[in-house]
Amino acid sequence: MSDEMMDEGGTIKKFAYINRKAPYGTIYALESLEVVLIGAAFEQDVSLFFLDDGVFQLTKGQKTDGIGMKNFSPTYRALEMYDVEKLYVSEEALAARGLTADDLLVDVEVVADSEIAGMLDEQDVVLSF
Amino acid sequence: MKLAIQVNEGPYTHQAADTAYKFVEAALEKGHEIYRIFFYHDGVNNGTRLTTPPQDDRNIVARWSALAEKHNIDLVICVAAAQRRGIADADEAKRNSKDADNIAPGFRISGLGQLIEAGIQSDRLVVFGD
Repeated sequence: MSDEMMDEGGTIKKFAYINRKAPYGTIYALESLEVVLIGAAFEQDVSLFFLDDGVFQLTKGQKTDGIGMKNFSPTYRALEMYDVEKLYVSEEALAARGLTADDLLVDVEVVADSEIAGMLDEQDVVLSF
Repeated sequence: MKLAIQVNEGPYTHQAADTAYKFVEAALEKGHEIYRIFFYHDGVNNGTRLTTPPQDDRNIVARWSALAEKHNIDLVICVAAAQRRGIADADEAKRNSKDADNIAPGFRISGLGQLIEAGIQSDRLVVFGD
């Protein structure tokens, strides 16, 4: 990963990362997390949204030994250290998958989709994965 | 308007590379500025010069290179994504002890910070992919 950092002259924008896919079937979740971690160095106003199958990224008890892939879910617990603290999870997406906030490995705010739409509308930069 | 573009999918497999190209072409025609095009995920495969499509098909990689040269556009391939997928320039090949590089003209390899910076500096970041 790159270690570059740049002087942005103090510009702070609202960055939203939308995560919509399950963690291991495709690489989107892992590479989204890499953007979030690098992006943290830029000290922007960051929010993470977990919609659709993206809610599975945050579930407790992930075990990947059987598929030969690295379990990267502990990294979500480290986000706090990067000052990434605004994690929003779709209420409907959780319910549709039989999950509740108790099944997740980090503290999140569970939000209705109707409310998420308004929150996304307020963002300056939306990155979807 | 100053635009940044993110391409998340590989060429030929997915329409995103074509749509992004057409979008950029149209935006330039309308007088907009393209601050940067950032290639991520399988999108890094847009930047291998070894691509050899059939002669009666579009050459997506060569098309990007030509566009970059004509309009002086910054084409950036994510280094982490590129390493996973075997896209390398001369420096990367040397650094990782590979026997060849394959980056196409007009592209450069750099970090994810370039994507965030593009988001900060541009009026809009437009993402192409699923």
